[in-house]
Amino acid sequence: MSRKVFSAAFPVTLPVLMGYLSIGIAFGLMLERIGYNFIWAFFMSLTIYAGSGQYLGVELLATGAVLADVALLTLLINFRHLVYGLSMLEKFRGMGWRKLYMMFSLTDETYALLSGVQAPVGVDPKRFYFCVALLDHSYWILGSVIGAVAGALLPLDITGIDFAMTALFVVIAVDQWKTYKHHLPALLGAGATLFFLVLAGPDQMLLPSLGAIVLGLLVLRERLDRPEEVRITDSDRKEGTV
Amino acid sequence: MSLTPGQAIASIAVMAVVTFLTRALPFLLFDRGESPPKLVLYLGRVLPPAIIAMLIVYCLRGVQFSAAAGWIPQFLAVAAVVILHVWKKNNLLSIFGGTILYMVLVQVVFAG
Repeated sequence: MSRKVFSAAFPVTLPVLMGYLSIGIAFGLMLERIGYNFIWAFFMSLTIYAGSGQYLGVELLATGAVLADVALLTLLINFRHLVYGLSMLEKFRGMGWRKLYMMFSLTDETYALLSGVQAPVGVDPKRFYFCVALLDHSYWILGSVIGAVAGALLPLDITGIDFAMTALFVVIAVDQWKTYKHHLPALLGAGATLFFLVLAGPDQMLLPSLGAIVLGLLVLRERLDRPEEVRITDSDRKEGTV
Repeated sequence: MSLTPGQAIASIAVMAVVTFLTRALPFLLFDRGESPPKLVLYLGRVLPPAIIAMLIVYCLRGVQFSAAAGWIPQFLAVAAVVILHVWKKNNLLSIFGGTILYMVLVQVVFAG
C-alpha cells in the first residue's frame, strides 16, 4: 500500500472510522456480555464483517439458534447487499485478486463511500478503492475488540445497549423513506411482520413474514416497477473507455 | 454460553459464508456484461425497505402493553432516533442518542 494511496484514502474514511469504532464497541460489549471474549469479537469481525449481521449474530449465539436459522436470518438481514453488488459490477471490473476482497468487504458504509467518491488525480482508482475497503474493515475489527476488552475490564451496566441494533435499523429506514419514491414496500414489510407477530408469535414470525413480503411485492409489481430505473447505473463509465 | 465452542464456531462460519454469498452473488451471476433479469432488479430495489421494516418490528417484538415499562422506553427511544435523524442527519448521533436514552430509561427511570 503506497503512502500516496493511503493519504488519499484515509481522509475519505474518517466518518466510517467514527461510526465503526462506536458501533463496533457496542458490538464487542454485547458479545462480551453473553460470554464471548475479545478473541471471538476479533474473529467475527474479521470473517463476517457486517454491522447489523453481527448484532443479530450476538442474539443467535445467545439463544443457541440452530444452523438453519442462522443461515436464514443472516441471509435475510444481508439481502440488501445483493443490490450493492449490482451497482458495483462496473466499478470492481478489472481489479484482479483485489476484487475478491472488494466483494467480501462491501458493507453499507463502504458501499456508500465507494459510490460517492472518486480517486484523486494521479492515484490509481483500483488501489484507492481497495485501500478504502481495507481501512474500513480495520476500524470495524478495532472497535469490536476495544468493546469486548472494555466490557471485560469495566463493571459497566450495559442493560439496554442492544437497542443500538434497533436504532441502526430505524436510521436505515428513515434514510430509505427519504430516498424511495414508494413507501408501500416499507409499510408492507412492517404490516406483514406485525400480522405474523400476532398470528405466529415472536419465535416463528420471520419466515411467514418474509414469504408474505415477497408475495406482496410480486403482486404489487405493476404498481411499483418504474421502467426508467431498471438499468444499472454505472457512474464511472469513463474508466472503462480508457 | 448456550453453545459449545465448536457449535459457536460453526454458527460464525455460517454467518461469514452466507454474508459473503449475499455480497458476491451479483458478481457471480451478472458480471459477464449482460443485464440482470428485470424481476431480480425489481426485487433488489423494493425488498430492502420491506426487510428493514420487518427487522424493526422483529427487534421490537418484546414490547408489552400491559405495563408502562414494557413499551414506553422503546417508544420514546425509537421516536428520539427518528427525530434526531430527520433533524441532524448524523447516523452516529441518532444511534447513540437513542441508545443512551433507552439505557437510561430501562436502567434508571423504569428500573425494577
